[in-house]
Amino acid sequence: MTANALLSIVNLHKSFGGVAATKQVSLDVAKGEIHAIIGPNGAGKTTLVSQLAGVLLPDSGQILFQGNDITRMPAHRRPHLGIARSFQITSIIHDMTVLENVLLAVQAKAGHSYRFWSSSSSDASLVEPARASLEQVGLQHQASQMAGPLSHGEHRQLEMAMVLATNPALILLDEPTAGMGQEDSSRMVRTLQALKGSRTIILVEHDMNTVFTLADRITVLVEGQVIATADPDAIRSNPRVRQAYLGEELNSIPGKPHSENSITESPSAC
Amino acid sequence: MDWTLLTVQLLNGLQLGILLFLLASGLTLIFGIMDVVNLAHGSLYMTGAFLCATFTQWFDSFLLGLLAALPAIAIIGLLVELIVIRRLYQRDHLDHVLATFGLILAFDTLTQMIWGPDGQVIPLPAWLDGQVMLTADIVLPTYRLAIITTGLLVAVGLFVLVTRTRLGMRIRAGATNRTMIGALGINIGMLFSIVFGMGAVLAGLAGMMIAPITEASIGMGNQIIIVAFVVIVIGGIGSIKGAFIAAILVGLIDTMGRSYLDVLFKLFMSVQNAETSAPAISAMLIYILMAVILAVRPTGLFGPRGR
Amino acid sequence: MSLTTLTLRGFVTALTLVILALVPPLVNLTGNPFLIDLATRCVILAIAAVSLNLILGYGRMISFGHAAYIGIGAYAVGIPAYYEIYNGYLHILVAMAVSAVFALATGLVCLRTRGVNFIMITMAFAQMVFFTFVSIEEYGGDDGLVIEVRSEFSRFINLEDATVLYYVCFASLLVVLYLVKRIVNSRFGMVIRGTRGNELRMQSLGFDTFRYKLICYVIAGTICGFAGALLGNFTNFISPEMMDWTRSGELIFMVVLGGAGSLFGPVLGVSVFILLEEFLSGLWLYWQLVFGIFLILVVLFANGGIDSWLSGRSKRSHDS
Repeated sequence: MTANALLSIVNLHKSFGGVAATKQVSLDVAKGEIHAIIGPNGAGKTTLVSQLAGVLLPDSGQILFQGNDITRMPAHRRPHLGIARSFQITSIIHDMTVLENVLLAVQAKAGHSYRFWSSSSSDASLVEPARASLEQVGLQHQASQMAGPLSHGEHRQLEMAMVLATNPALILLDEPTAGMGQEDSSRMVRTLQALKGSRTIILVEHDMNTVFTLADRITVLVEGQVIATADPDAIRSNPRVRQAYLGEELNSIPGKPHSENSITESPSAC
Repeated sequence: MDWTLLTVQLLNGLQLGILLFLLASGLTLIFGIMDVVNLAHGSLYMTGAFLCATFTQWFDSFLLGLLAALPAIAIIGLLVELIVIRRLYQRDHLDHVLATFGLILAFDTLTQMIWGPDGQVIPLPAWLDGQVMLTADIVLPTYRLAIITTGLLVAVGLFVLVTRTRLGMRIRAGATNRTMIGALGINIGMLFSIVFGMGAVLAGLAGMMIAPITEASIGMGNQIIIVAFVVIVIGGIGSIKGAFIAAILVGLIDTMGRSYLDVLFKLFMSVQNAETSAPAISAMLIYILMAVILAVRPTGLFGPRGR
Repeated sequence: MSLTTLTLRGFVTALTLVILALVPPLVNLTGNPFLIDLATRCVILAIAAVSLNLILGYGRMISFGHAAYIGIGAYAVGIPAYYEIYNGYLHILVAMAVSAVFALATGLVCLRTRGVNFIMITMAFAQMVFFTFVSIEEYGGDDGLVIEVRSEFSRFINLEDATVLYYVCFASLLVVLYLVKRIVNSRFGMVIRGTRGNELRMQSLGFDTFRYKLICYVIAGTICGFAGALLGNFTNFISPEMMDWTRSGELIFMVVLGGAGSLFGPVLGVSVFILLEEFLSGLWLYWQLVFGIFLILVVLFANGGIDSWLSGRSKRSHDS
């Protein structure tokens, strides 16, 4: 485990009925980096994230966060250590307002919620940070609208606001730009770029442009196994990666890494 | 040790278990495949009993009455599915529960309107009304043996249907993956109707078989439906095997418990305490069983595995 | 929801409260004492319905055994009375304490299950209580228990007087409504409502949703136990029938009819249900047929209840 590692995954293994979805995965994530996890469909990316989030328990191996073993810690305790997660399929609360959604996120970290008397939405210590998070993602004008009827892109933004509102040290993002159009994707990327350095992000993504724009390091997962962990240039030129994972896609990345060009939709992985 | 009594009670427990299985199997199929909580299943049980009573009177024969009542209850089941249940498929469980609760009210009142407030007696033919001597001491009513035999035959038939026929295959597929079977081109609407109709026949049959003993009465389904639900919760939703095992288990524990719990209690309690507490506890036994099983296995014995 | 907003919903709420407040004088005017009986029953069941709404409407926990708490509360009055203990404060305390303990014990088991299993196990626990009381011959068993003397409080509160009993119940309803309103808007209430919407999301934010739901469940059971104590006093007769599962079903219907998840909905639902029941049963012997069909129609076509009709919204769609 490297000295700077915020998160260490050591020989993590998870099988479902004889099929190994996570095969002896080991990797370190440094503090402040954006670490992308890529791989073909079925590579086990979401399974890995679920184990990091505590929704799935690994069969063997360890997950160390800030030096502490959190391998078997229940999902609802991890946010209190500073781990936040967004879902691949948007997971907001539809019949509450945008503000109320983020309020809940703020509330989760603001002490216990066994308070039965005073109104939560008139509590400035909750509302102010909630509004600040909404501003960070650009949803501040929709604060009092019901969350359900918003567009898909706005749902993803709200999800991001909720993640940020918990003031996390480590953010697990499962395909944050999934299903988003060009404009929304760009905005999401800008939001994430602004977080570089202040938070550590593990990013599962299919969109190669997003990955190569944002990532400090990339881990490639194929059939549950790590085949490479390196910086973007090294990954792009790694022959094993090219061989195992949609060589065409890697060829289509523009020559300059960390390009500020507008993001075009990459062909979806099969 | 009174072996006669023990044997008789064991068989009574088995009989209760068989009847519960008939109710529970339809219920678990309807829930497993259509995801519908059908509280009105007990009403189909009751209606079956009343139809059998009437047909027995018309044909002056219990067997003919039963044979005529079976298709009749199937038709009623299909009508219920068409008019009410069909509209509940995409809905919340709460909606199912309330709508089928409304059906119970409707059925109970309609039954009263048609047959009057009193129960209907179903006389047994002489050849079923006698007794069978198993051993020199153990004598059993013929009819109870008939119930057990019929129930076991139906259980076997159901197993064969579900495991060896194409319809059964579709039912099992539906129970495990509802959305898939639509994609496979199977006519969902018809499958659901058939399943509901089957459930209605099974429930009706149970009612018909018990009615000669207890008489067909209004609201007779309302208490046993809860026990049937306990059975499918213990057995696991959607599992016929689970329903069978759970039904026999529940039938035996309930019957044996009521007979022998005070004996058990007297082993370590005063006679007086045993006699006051035993009836109360024996009534609760099956619920305690359910709570214990759910505590260890929240989806029941053979239910879908959680995470 | 504010009472001062001049909406249709606000108007109906205010009107209902005013009518309820004025029942005794109205009875004096019309000379029909039966009205007080009707209103008392209405108000007591409204308290039970409001408590059920807390877990069912706001929390989406579909408990089909809530009537058990009515029974527990009622027996908490009846059994001491059987031993000639008439202290009202004791009755209320026992009613709420036993209800809370029962809710805690059963909640620990129930809340680990989902969906239909939850509905069934709550129903089964209520049946358990039902059978327990049926088999205790000492306290009347199936035939029930008659109370000669109602709960005694101070000199000033004489529950033997129908009007006093009514106002005690009505005041209790107002207190319970206010309590529930505060709970629902508090941090705790937000967690419960969030969990209704998306439990996985709430857990991933860091909430131990099981614990919150359990506490909500206990609060609801306790309030309902209190309603049961009032009901026992009102009917002077306590029987296991009060906690039959069909009673739980009626309670759920009242909540849904009024509008699950709205603050005042349950009160409206209970009122309409009881008035309809009175009206129909006088008209036709087989009125329950109409009732059953009405229930089915409400579920199929109007399941946002009266509240959503008043506020002009269709049923809010929840995450399933």
